[in-house]
Amino acid sequence: MNSHVEMEHHRGVLIVRLSGELDHHAADFVRMDLDEAIMRGQVSHLVLSLKHLQFMDSSGLGVILGRYKLIHSKGGKMVVCDATAPVKRLLEMSGLFKIMPLYDDESTALSDLEVAL
Amino acid sequence: MTNSKAGNFMNVQFAARSENESFARVVVAAFVSRLDPTMDELNDLKTVVSEAVTNCIIHGYDSDPEGIVTISASLDNETVHLTIEDQGRGIEDLELAQQPLYTSKPELERSGMGFTIMENFMDEFEVTSEPGHGTSISMKKTIVSKKALYN
Repeated sequence: MNSHVEMEHHRGVLIVRLSGELDHHAADFVRMDLDEAIMRGQVSHLVLSLKHLQFMDSSGLGVILGRYKLIHSKGGKMVVCDATAPVKRLLEMSGLFKIMPLYDDESTALSDLEVAL
Repeated sequence: MTNSKAGNFMNVQFAARSENESFARVVVAAFVSRLDPTMDELNDLKTVVSEAVTNCIIHGYDSDPEGIVTISASLDNETVHLTIEDQGRGIEDLELAQQPLYTSKPELERSGMGFTIMENFMDEFEVTSEPGHGTSISMKKTIVSKKALYN
């Protein structure tokens, strides 16, 4: 597996830190890990940290959009933070920032979400 | 064949398996590295290779690992020519397939951004497809060498 998922629960917020490469091959593993954590835990909101993601393509966009739909259907919010320049470009191209805010780092994302709680 | 010209070229064929997607990206990146591309240019090339190869696997071959993906690349001065093709099912409606956000496989959580990304990241982009026989994507990108930027 060339992609890694690190997760941390923080007061109803699931923080997901992705590293490595998120392509079609990795997408299935990442999707399963995230959905399991979202369905099993007391997760209201999701913070997706992309700081250590070295590569992403449109398969990664599909994974992010899919998790957005899941969280959104449960009445929660999903935000992304710390996107590297190439990942940010891809997210911009797909229009993702129209539905999901981008924060500079995890702590800003968390404090904004907790205000929104 | 595009390879008849005097420039450098390479061809690679591999099984249509998702674990070969990263291999495909690395092969093309290594081949192009002699042009001294910037990190952004290299990332653009890796992304389009990833999109095209993923399309071959998911759409061309319906995830059948028996399929074969072919990548041909050549260098013509500072320009990279890339052809990525499969002998799979082909695309019925090319215009529809190239619409941003359109996907024929929403059940697989595809974003429908593959063609849009390829068009945006490359200087030239052309798809040819014959239903039942396969799809071929030809692309060009001119590398503005890092050396040129520094001079």
